[in-house]
Amino acid sequence: MSNPRFTGTERYVATGDLTMAVNAAVTLGRPLLIKGEPGTGKTQLAEEIALSLGRPLYEWHVKSTTKAQQGLYEYDAVSRLRDSQLGDERVRDISNYIVKGRLWEAFICDEQPVLLIDEIDKADIEFPNDLLRELDRMEFYVYETHELVRALHRPIIVITSNNEKELPDAFLRRCFFHYIRFPDAATMEQIVDVHFPGLKQELLKEALEAFYRLREVPGLKKKPSTSELLDWLKLLLAEDIPPEALRAADGKSAIPPLYGALLKNEQDVHLFEQLLFMNRRAGR
Amino acid sequence: MLVRFFMMLREAGIPVSLGEYLALLEALKARVADTSVDDFYVLARTVLVKDERHYDRYDRVFAEHFRGLEAAFAGPDAAALPEEWLRKLAELTLGPEERARIEAMGGLEKLMEALRERLRDQESRHQGGNKWIGTAGRSPFGAYGYNPEGVRIGQDASRQRRAVKVWDKREFRNLDDTLELGTRNIKLALRRLRRFAREGAAEELDLGGTIDATARNAGWLDLKLVPERHNAIKVLLFLDVGGSMDDHVRVCQELFTAARTEFKHLEYYYFHNFVYETVWKDNRRRHAERIPLLEVMRTYGPDYRLVFVGDATMGPYEIVQAGGSIEHWNEEPGAAWMARLQRAYPRHAWLNPEPEERWEHVSSIGLCRRLLEGRMYPLTLAGIDRATRALNAR
Repeated sequence: MSNPRFTGTERYVATGDLTMAVNAAVTLGRPLLIKGEPGTGKTQLAEEIALSLGRPLYEWHVKSTTKAQQGLYEYDAVSRLRDSQLGDERVRDISNYIVKGRLWEAFICDEQPVLLIDEIDKADIEFPNDLLRELDRMEFYVYETHELVRALHRPIIVITSNNEKELPDAFLRRCFFHYIRFPDAATMEQIVDVHFPGLKQELLKEALEAFYRLREVPGLKKKPSTSELLDWLKLLLAEDIPPEALRAADGKSAIPPLYGALLKNEQDVHLFEQLLFMNRRAGR
Repeated sequence: MLVRFFMMLREAGIPVSLGEYLALLEALKARVADTSVDDFYVLARTVLVKDERHYDRYDRVFAEHFRGLEAAFAGPDAAALPEEWLRKLAELTLGPEERARIEAMGGLEKLMEALRERLRDQESRHQGGNKWIGTAGRSPFGAYGYNPEGVRIGQDASRQRRAVKVWDKREFRNLDDTLELGTRNIKLALRRLRRFAREGAAEELDLGGTIDATARNAGWLDLKLVPERHNAIKVLLFLDVGGSMDDHVRVCQELFTAARTEFKHLEYYYFHNFVYETVWKDNRRRHAERIPLLEVMRTYGPDYRLVFVGDATMGPYEIVQAGGSIEHWNEEPGAAWMARLQRAYPRHAWLNPEPEERWEHVSSIGLCRRLLEGRMYPLTLAGIDRATRALNAR
């Protein structure tokens, strides 16, 4: 059976190396670990893979309190205790109190699904280690019911990480890895074109220049990324800002209008304003 | 097949294992990649390299291993390359005098050779990077309309980056900033600092409490929940950099890597020789972005444990005199700032990479130990162990 190939969608521009990584992971049935700056479309990738291959998508969003076990199943002892006091008949069968996790649901899906494990670095250090066997063999054991759950179809697993914690070696060995680079100006034009077809060329050029200039400002806590650029363009369009307003008088010091969409914390805004002030003084 | 490439990657310090190597062969067998060298570059990177910090090393090994081998990959790509360059060059609307200058350089082939030469040159010269090719019009490579970020000649219509040139550009150099070393021992030593505390929302069943409450309730179930246990330890790390600390870079990196993975609440700042009114977070921007120490003390509460890492080897005047800093004019002596820090963070310790036997012979270390009331420990496993005990003591 030849596998369908992922090539990006109308809404998502995938670079050549990214499609290669996805196709390698799909063909060999390995989980694909995706890293990259926030806002470069890591989470969206899984949705787009599911969309483009026509597969169901299961999302598992990881939080700091998430346990690996929760992805498999949970045994709801508390409601069983309650039921036992109320004399409910359900109480005799323990399987009534086994709550399936996202991994289990993906395993018993009757076509090959896409499973997204989002922001795996948010969880405890041991979290990835607890999933080794499940990801490797695609099976796990339910102790309460003595049942072995095995994947009907090996899911396409996409894992994203923001690098808040180092992931254990044993886990990395089992994954394929791709780092989404920040798109260069040419790719960025493509991305913008996908989201805002027919945007005025002039406005786009000025906006992109202002955007990349802002990314160069030293010391920003959070550099604006693709998703912020798209938001900003949406605002510019809504407000009908002319391209001339974006052009810097001396090429450097003009403050872009509506910059609140690009800079996300007050220290950055403050820093930016200070730089502007200094630039103006130096220019005088 | 590709065994030499695999061994070279290992020698370069990229942790590739046999399993990954076999996975690569499997992928090649499954024809995931076409026969072009570009596809192979991307595929092998996806399968073998698991950390973007290793991308730069991978690029270097790849260039080393496949230098001159591009032609060996079958397919029209490699053969068609020179014409494609020429066509693209023509598109770039060269003026007549520019064409003459290409000829003067000995044609396109020569130019590429020179460019490669220059890239190699640059690697050995300094860290600053790929920039000087194409700056200020002095390099020939900027003049012909090549993108200043590198040689983007091979770009085809779909604007896909040609990997052939990507690996020579070494775009991921900046990411290779940490050393992965055997840090397990240090992690274990730091583990002693763990302080489990129940904080936040109550969501775990408190078995003892529930039994107790249920019994009091004459057998009717009364559930009790408690918050989960978390490692609540908070650590503020002050690292000495530069000067005499250069000898200890390796051990400090090990400590830092271990601490990064072990503590969730870890904040770190750098200083030079001794603490004064400002510290910084990024060594490359140490002169531009300084953070006032008072701001640090305001931001992080007294529940943080403060750990200095430094060799404390300097002139004694750098500690006790105003204006003693060797880098700038400090209004107040370092000792005054140290006293403030000690008041703000009652639980603190200093880890010193210098061997303990030498401490007596350096007067500034003695001075420092007196200021710290003896809470200076050697940066060894045993020393870290002692320091963690001191940090835990009330």
